[in-house]
Amino acid sequence: MAKGFVAINVERCKGCGFCVEFCPTRVLTLSSAFNTKGYHPPNVMAAEKCSGCDLCGMYCPDFAIFGARYAR
Amino acid sequence: MSEQTLEIPCNIPADAVNPVEPFLRMDRMPHIWCPGCGIGTTVNCFTRALIDSHANLDKVAIVSGIGCTGRVAGYANLDSFHTTHGRAIPFATGLKLANPELQVVVYSGDGDLFAIGGNHFIHAARRNMDLKVICVNNLTYAMTGGQTAPTTPSKVISATNPYGVFEPAFNLVALAEAAGASYVARWTTFHVKQLSRSMEEVLRKKGFCFIEVISPCPTLYQRRNKMGDGLDTMKYYKQASKIRHGAPTAECDLTKSGEIVVGKFVDRDRPSYFEMLNSQMTETLGDRYAEPEVMCEQC
Ligand SMILES: Cc1ncc(C[n+]2csc(CCOP(=O)(O)OP(=O)(O)O)c2C)c(N)n1
Ligand code: SF4
Ligand code: SF4
Ligand code: SF4
Ligand SMILES: [Mg+2]
Repeated sequence: MAKGFVAINVERCKGCGFCVEFCPTRVLTLSSAFNTKGYHPPNVMAAEKCSGCDLCGMYCPDFAIFGARYAR
Repeated sequence: MSEQTLEIPCNIPADAVNPVEPFLRMDRMPHIWCPGCGIGTTVNCFTRALIDSHANLDKVAIVSGIGCTGRVAGYANLDSFHTTHGRAIPFATGLKLANPELQVVVYSGDGDLFAIGGNHFIHAARRNMDLKVICVNNLTYAMTGGQTAPTTPSKVISATNPYGVFEPAFNLVALAEAAGASYVARWTTFHVKQLSRSMEEVLRKKGFCFIEVISPCPTLYQRRNKMGDGLDTMKYYKQASKIRHGAPTAECDLTKSGEIVVGKFVDRDRPSYFEMLNSQMTETLGDRYAEPEVMCEQC
């Protein structure tokens, strides 16, 4: 069971790839699909590895993604 | 988008919100910053610092000049003022003097703070005015098209130096230290944790505090210099940065593609502007001097 989750606002993303590159547990990958502005948003490929550390949220210049730990 | 890629296989609690959102004027989103621009990343770090420092948000004011970075004041859901170009520090100084209990943060670009506003910067530091200055240094005048700024390293190609910059650049951390700043640190947008910790530290510290954040401007700086996009720049920051707390600031010059020394360089206590004012006036006027009525508890 994952310790945390990551939430993505696909339409706000500009496809910079910061979140994908700097996620310490490699939860994310850039999708091959486009959002309506023509950017490739991230996709969750390994949800079970997400610690909810929110590093993706700290990096995202477009406020399009964040992570959090599940309340226990 | 296909349904498949939109489906996010985590259980997201219904009440989950991005921690940055309460600090933004969401009606003004999306912002104008380009893909891979670092300014938004610094805003995330600043909001995490506000959360962690338990700052009273009714007492935090944010002042920007003009430029891409200057937009921060317009997006922050705090008392904020977007001043004219270069004048963030004089405006902030007036705000602080009139309302000493306010925590006044100046958030602006390298051009704004060190070219047109450079004079204000050195004097606010000299006076140890209680301001927290955050400079997003993208090494150029981004908003106006990528002209050479006083921070642009030599050899860089810019809109105004198409054959390469030949003038020496300011070393901002050395300048801040020499002018008298109480706190001086430099990070890059790769160092999100360290940057937000530094921001938290200055929110708790009195006196003139300065944080330089090296940040990508892929559109006007990296592209012209064939340095790739925002992500390539972030990878460069990761690979080229050396954390050296307490390093002599004179050794922290930036170059086009060399090492970036980051860390906290200065953390000292000097009497603040208010303390110097009050002690001088008390010494000369004695009982005839009354301290200004509203005084910040930390001054
Ligand atoms: C008095 C005045 N002079 C010049 C300008 C044009 N101008 C607007 S932004 C800017 C420079 C911005 O550079 P910087 O402060 O580094 O911000 P950035 O866009 O790089 O974040 C200049 C010269 C202006 N708006 N006002
Ligand atoms: S919260 Fe942390 S572990 Fe989860 S996706 Fe974001 S960066 Fe990766
Ligand atoms: S960091 Fe933000 S803008 Fe960049 S790819 Fe990830 S979600 Fe998109
Ligand atoms: S021009 Fe440069 S600094 Fe301005 S928003 Fe675009 S990338 Fe950022
Ligand atoms: Mg700039």
